[in-house]
Amino acid sequence: MVSDKPKIAISIENLHKEFILPQSKNSTLKQAAVNIVKRNKKVTQKVLDGVSFNVNEGDFLGIIGRNGSGKSTLLKLIAGVYEPTSGNIYTYGGITPFIELGVGFNPELSGHDNVYLNGALLGFDRKQMDAMYDEIVSFAELGPFMDQKLKNYSSGMQVRLAFSIAIKAENDILIFDEVLAVGDSNFQEKCIRQFTKLKLSGKTIILVSHSMTMIEKFCSRVLLINAGKLVYDGNASDAIDRYEALNMEMPALVAEAEKIIDDRDVAVKYIDILDINNKASDIIESGKDFSIRFGVNSKKDIGESFISVRICDAETQYVVVGFDSKLDKKSIMIKQGDNEFVIHIKDNPILRGKYYMVIGIYESEEKKTHYFQYDGLSMGNFFLIKTKEEQLGIIKINRKWD
Amino acid sequence: MKYLNSRNRAILREMVGTDFKVRYQNSALGYLWSLLKPLFLFAILYIVFTYIIPLGKDVPHYPVYLLTGVVLWSFFTEATTMGALSVVSHGDLIRKIKIPRYLVVIASSMSALINLGLNLTVILIFALINGVVPSFSWLLLIPLIAELFFLALGVSFLLSSLYVKFRDISYIWEIFIQAGFYATPIIYPLTIVPMNMHKWFFLNPVAQIIQDARYVLVTRSSITLWSTVQSIWAVTPFVIMITVVIIGFIYFKRRSKYFAEDI
Repeated sequence: MVSDKPKIAISIENLHKEFILPQSKNSTLKQAAVNIVKRNKKVTQKVLDGVSFNVNEGDFLGIIGRNGSGKSTLLKLIAGVYEPTSGNIYTYGGITPFIELGVGFNPELSGHDNVYLNGALLGFDRKQMDAMYDEIVSFAELGPFMDQKLKNYSSGMQVRLAFSIAIKAENDILIFDEVLAVGDSNFQEKCIRQFTKLKLSGKTIILVSHSMTMIEKFCSRVLLINAGKLVYDGNASDAIDRYEALNMEMPALVAEAEKIIDDRDVAVKYIDILDINNKASDIIESGKDFSIRFGVNSKKDIGESFISVRICDAETQYVVVGFDSKLDKKSIMIKQGDNEFVIHIKDNPILRGKYYMVIGIYESEEKKTHYFQYDGLSMGNFFLIKTKEEQLGIIKINRKWD
Repeated sequence: MKYLNSRNRAILREMVGTDFKVRYQNSALGYLWSLLKPLFLFAILYIVFTYIIPLGKDVPHYPVYLLTGVVLWSFFTEATTMGALSVVSHGDLIRKIKIPRYLVVIASSMSALINLGLNLTVILIFALINGVVPSFSWLLLIPLIAELFFLALGVSFLLSSLYVKFRDISYIWEIFIQAGFYATPIIYPLTIVPMNMHKWFFLNPVAQIIQDARYVLVTRSSITLWSTVQSIWAVTPFVIMITVVIIGFIYFKRRSKYFAEDI
């Protein structure tokens, strides 16, 4: 190894982007005049709220997030289309200046003219375009159609042409936003081969996609953006798990239960899931040990009580497994103030999925019930179970065939 | 030159080319229209102003004199009107790709310049037919056109960046252009205006350019800024012009960072 530190291709420091919301925009002079008099406050919307990360040379970086999470804004900032509100973006090396294919395509021009037009916008002069024209046409497989107007092309043909030009814009840093959604499977195959080639050649590539298959297949590193913040930066499969967790709606039952916790004398204050290394995590693995650690706060000494634990499937809300201290013949004492309990689970039999937890505390009279959920309000409060091997269903049972 | 390197030149060429190709798409006569249009316009003006309202019967080669004014003014109108819209009409481009924003404004002014070139060719032919004697002073049209182009560009920079935020600009400018058409000696010779008023007409840089162009191209009887104001005050239209251009450039430069989100 010549150098032990990878070279940085893009460095992003504490990036903020705010937009002024359209209703307060002065689109006529009258409004502008009225607003000057009224001194209207600007209504702004934070789209990116302090994002920092580095991209190393040769990274194949995926960016995922729900619609409206800010990932397209981030791309536009990196490509230089938008100006950051605050924060810095440093890029080292040539960067593709576009975030969408076929920018500037004019339906009234022929395929040939559109190649030159689009090429110019991507930064090629006429000579360079002349040199690569044939290659673009043959990659797009559109040879016989180049003299026809673009408006007579099918949408698939247009995308093929656009992609074939874009792929030639071999800058050091390439940005692709949802590019492979179109084209027949044959052409997609070709694009994937091209991607693989680019990946092997050590280019830095940023891919934004909703296709988790693409992300998993290519990206060595994935950023998950949610509500303008970078919530995860790491390997593809973990990022995808978390992304999928974001996409699930919060169970209605949990939301209801949320409301009644606070005015109780006894309340569960926190629940941590501890993985096999005893570290708090919201991702654990099937087959491995894990622990549940939770804190209970009480306004008075309750004394003998019992605690029930249920693990529920986030999607169906079915109880996957439930147990309580009474059944387990474990005596629980709750004193005034904070109490902490830990339950160790051996060889977690639950298979991959998204779960939440409901913990109930019952006073001995069995009348007053204090529920607390592992609340589903934000993603951190669901937990995910990963399963490495191929298994069906939601639990794994030990089995032997004869 | 950093601003017009080969990449930017390629973009300009493709944009201007696209404009030109698309303009006469789907018409049977195609490019021919860009020559036919001025020819017919000239014919109409010729008939109106020689037979119906003979405003310039004392002016030698009045048809050519008239057309020169009309053509230069229509260039100014076309360049600034299209220029004002250029940023917004290329919104798709500006939102999706990082290209220097000033290119879309320059491209629209250049499209207008090509039209001016075609029109001037027709005018020169007219001039020869009309018996104007060709002279080396025709070459002085080049700096005059450059001046007009520069002015139109500066106005376009200002208007196009204003238009992103205030869509009223296009209407206001339309009215302004209408008023300007009559405030500039285009269809009437300055001779019909009292002498002591002339200097006020020359506050308008376009008036100075049109009168100078007529002087070098058609007839020495064209009243120019130079014959009207023979003091240091003759720089006034230039100061106005340069001020407009500088304000336009600076405002555009400041606003252009936010075009992508403001459009």
